[in-house]
Amino acid sequence: MKLYAICVYLFLYIPIGVIALFSFNAGRHASQLQGFSTKWYGKALNNPFVIDALETSLMVAFASALFASIFGTMAAVALQGIRGPVRVAFDLLIYVAVMIPGIVIGIATLIGLVTVFDQLNPLIAAIWPDGFMPPKLRMGMGSLIAAHTMFLMALVVIIVRARLAGMDRTLTEASSDLYATPMGTFRQVTLPMIFPAILAGFLLSFTFSFDDFIIAFFVAGSETTLPIYVFSSIRRGVTPEINAIGTMVLGVSLLMLITAQLLLQRGGKKSR
Amino acid sequence: MTHRTRNWLLLAPAGTWFLVMLIIPLTVVFIFSFGERAPSGGVVLAFTFEQYANLPARFAAFKNTMTLAPIGTLSALLIAYPLAYFLAVKADPKWKTILLVLVIVPFWTSILIRSYAWIFLLGGRGIPALLDWVGIEGVRLINTPFAVLMGIIYGYLPLMVFPIYVSLDKLDKRLLEASSDLGAKPWRTFLQITLPLSIPGIATGCMLVFILLMGEYLIPALLGGGKVFFVGNALVDLFLQSRNWAYGSAVAVTLVVVMLITVTVYMRLLNRLGASREDVSIM
Repeated sequence: MKLYAICVYLFLYIPIGVIALFSFNAGRHASQLQGFSTKWYGKALNNPFVIDALETSLMVAFASALFASIFGTMAAVALQGIRGPVRVAFDLLIYVAVMIPGIVIGIATLIGLVTVFDQLNPLIAAIWPDGFMPPKLRMGMGSLIAAHTMFLMALVVIIVRARLAGMDRTLTEASSDLYATPMGTFRQVTLPMIFPAILAGFLLSFTFSFDDFIIAFFVAGSETTLPIYVFSSIRRGVTPEINAIGTMVLGVSLLMLITAQLLLQRGGKKSR
Repeated sequence: MTHRTRNWLLLAPAGTWFLVMLIIPLTVVFIFSFGERAPSGGVVLAFTFEQYANLPARFAAFKNTMTLAPIGTLSALLIAYPLAYFLAVKADPKWKTILLVLVIVPFWTSILIRSYAWIFLLGGRGIPALLDWVGIEGVRLINTPFAVLMGIIYGYLPLMVFPIYVSLDKLDKRLLEASSDLGAKPWRTFLQITLPLSIPGIATGCMLVFILLMGEYLIPALLGGGKVFFVGNALVDLFLQSRNWAYGSAVAVTLVVVMLITVTVYMRLLNRLGASREDVSIM
């Protein structure tokens, strides 16, 4: 039994380990183990395409995680005090956002936005003052952030709502019995208790957005995110440079995930 | 400000966002699926079932998805169950949390990089080269259904372990003791007590994995090399290469409908079996 478990753990971690190992290999191929070297990291980090893609990915991940945590938390708090059709509608929306395959979300966002933009662009051009270049709506970083935010908002609502449900209700009641305003209760009682969940939601959202390939593939327009860059490099052939980028990406996600996990567990104990 | 207005204001940004980025786009896909392909590459609005009548042209993609997704789900289940059992029943409680985190964490990291790892392992200079060296020559692993299955199991194993672990962990251990006190052999205790009580976990795990597999694109694209393609690969081809939006929309709508039907039938079956689905959060 124990042996079996060890085998499964090896199965889960050997492939990742192999990538990390060969990212430090001086030789070009797996068959040429030639000693330790960080030259592939240097090569990856000096490649302007990689840096460009990395910046785009970081910007998109930060913006969408931020929007998603703010709007998702607002919605989760409001849904706490709502019953009836609005509640049902929101539950359905969250369910749909999580259930529909990412690829369908990507396609829908692409053709939906392109169709809407095609209608709006002539309208904007018509009302724009003469002599100025009218702005043109097109697919790019904005549409990518919007698409990620939509999906991640559903995730944040789920996480924050779970924490709100586990919260001791008598605390907020005590606060309002002691004449705190609703806003005061929220700021001094509710927010500190759900904050670990919000932060965990932010970190998870960041990782999700940073790692997402399929939605970005459809929605990013002419922008290139890091996963899109890696995907097209793999198509051109396996190189040690990809091993280095992959190891860095895995390292960053692992760090964020473990932090999120710790936040959720620590917060969970406190509110019990 | 009343409670009502406050709640409305709090819901407004999320609601608007869902409307613009989810409802409208999905509606557009639905409407376009009844349209016709415009000569310029766009869509001419119409009300025709022509695109749906054309679906058999992509039959192979649906067939591949509907065979490899269940096979992948079952294989993941067979590998995951003993591990979940070990974690819930046999593992030292001191190490339980860390061992569990170690299972889940890979699932949240980039599926792209994790699939790439298998290209590296199964490709010409990986395991085949190793086999060559020990005398087994001419083995081809990459770009086969086997490679895709490996990628699927590797990618989705963590998602299968967790719900099963949760249902086994909740199981009252005194039941197992009672069973063995009454003289039941271990395998009998397992078949008559442990397994039936873990069905909710198995059901949740299988459903999660199956749903995600139906929309899979990356694993077949990277490890199947164009030979083993899923509906997701057909969709990318239709939208990004041949730019046939009307037909692509019909394929996308069909995928979602097939998914909904499968999930509904599956849930009905489970309810009839008397097992209730439980909500298991993955993080």
